[in-house]
Amino acid sequence: MGIAVLLKQVPDTTAKITVSGGRVDEAAVSKWSFSPYDEYALESALQIKEAGGGDLIAVTCGPARAAKMLTDAAAVGADALVHILVDDLGALDTTQVQAILAAAVKHIGADVVFCGKQAADTNAGSTGPGVAHLLDASCVTMVSEVAADGDSFTAIRASAGGNERVAVSSPCVFAFDKGTTELRRPNVRGIMMAKKKIIETMTPADLGVDTGSSSVSIDTHSPPPEKPPGQKFEGAESVATVVGKLRDEANVI
Amino acid sequence: MDVTVIAEASGGGLHPVTAQLVGAASSIGGISTVLCAGGVGVTEAASIAGVTKVISVEGDCFGSFDGGAWAEALNSVARGDVIMAAATASGREIAATMAAMRGIPIVQDATALGIASGILVTRPIYSGKAIETSTVQWPCAITLRANAFDAAGGGGNADVSTVNQSADVAVAVKEAIAKASERLDVTEADIIISGGRGMGDPANFSHLYEVADMIGAAVGASRAAVDTWDEIPHSMQVGQTGKTVTPSLYIAVGISGAIQHLAGMRTSKYIVAINKDPDAPIFGVADYGIVATWEEALPALKDELGKL
Repeated sequence: MGIAVLLKQVPDTTAKITVSGGRVDEAAVSKWSFSPYDEYALESALQIKEAGGGDLIAVTCGPARAAKMLTDAAAVGADALVHILVDDLGALDTTQVQAILAAAVKHIGADVVFCGKQAADTNAGSTGPGVAHLLDASCVTMVSEVAADGDSFTAIRASAGGNERVAVSSPCVFAFDKGTTELRRPNVRGIMMAKKKIIETMTPADLGVDTGSSSVSIDTHSPPPEKPPGQKFEGAESVATVVGKLRDEANVI
Repeated sequence: MDVTVIAEASGGGLHPVTAQLVGAASSIGGISTVLCAGGVGVTEAASIAGVTKVISVEGDCFGSFDGGAWAEALNSVARGDVIMAAATASGREIAATMAAMRGIPIVQDATALGIASGILVTRPIYSGKAIETSTVQWPCAITLRANAFDAAGGGGNADVSTVNQSADVAVAVKEAIAKASERLDVTEADIIISGGRGMGDPANFSHLYEVADMIGAAVGASRAAVDTWDEIPHSMQVGQTGKTVTPSLYIAVGISGAIQHLAGMRTSKYIVAINKDPDAPIFGVADYGIVATWEEALPALKDELGKL
């Protein structure tokens, strides 16, 4: 069984984001990491592979810096690494990104795809469902756990009514919410082995995907609007004042 | 421009965000047709001002949630230039799948729309640490964040028709594992009161629930609280790896204001912070800050709310 894990490198959630010249200043980002939900997808995929065998291929689409993240994935157990080099993901629209990722999954011959429910930069959540459609695969989102039995899977997902167990067969895509298991950390041997792992680097054109014309063009990035400074009060006796202001100034209660 | 609005259901009826979708569509000159999956909310949708047509899409596939099957059934009925849905978990999945089926781009989580040489879409990126504005050529799909747009009014009288359209279900629901809390979810609430690790013990969240019950609020939590205490489920987490919320009033109690938390709630209309540390970063985004322990402030808050 081939298992693909789609990973996106994003600024660490603790990193400060600055805007310069109408664009987010990527050079000023102090730390890049796996998108948090992708990490849970990777962990679950590793467990499926350990329980039932198969090859786990970590796939990313992004600029050169994203290669480090693939090496990090190898350090915890990814068998093969595929990097589709795109310098500026923001220049592509979702049809193009999904076409690239779906073509990559076909290229490596995976039957099952694990990814995060959304990436921590755009927080969109389009990739899992979109790639599933292009692969003619079923899709389960908001997943916290997956178990495999041959090419049948059960997953636990969050739904409006609560958590539920669902069954699907491959080909399928699991888009992960925060998982229920601890994430593993790489050990020294894993890190050493990962450094030797070769990354298969390709371009969208190698996969037959045209990245010519995007229907979405980014006009500008800006910092979030500054809030006017608030009012600060000392002590619990000020609660009455604040409740009065919420009623009379803000009209929210 | 013709807009197909995917109605958002909630508890057997129509979620209020549906009227916001119609309002947003009208604001950029869109003529709305509303699709109601499984026939839910048809009458309510027909009364939204500005809706010309409501199509009740009915089929066996709507018995349980399979985003792929729902999208396929809805997509065969959808027409027009723009697909609009709510940026909820199901809305995002359905709209993303429909966009892929139609070969059109999707932009998720819009907080403002305009019209220029295309549709101007504003959305928060990096969980609100920056704002992006882009120009999107239609046909396209857009999901909108709840409470970010003015709702269309009532008094409409749209044509209602029914289409029987199902699709093969590939995701089979086997069993319910945990029932969702009966309490209001933070993404649905207009007022939220959240607790952090400063609450000291998960049992102390009962004080937050008492306040919440007085003002019809939902109870949320910081990531630190969720990670520290098993009793506080991830479904309550507000922040970058939890839920992003835009209520009218957000009350943060014992929350220091880590950057991930601020990312999830800073667009709230009014923010009240209660924290004993006068230097807590949460005060930087608060409209009204109260430097006090929760043990002192929450009883006072209950008293004052009781007087309203």
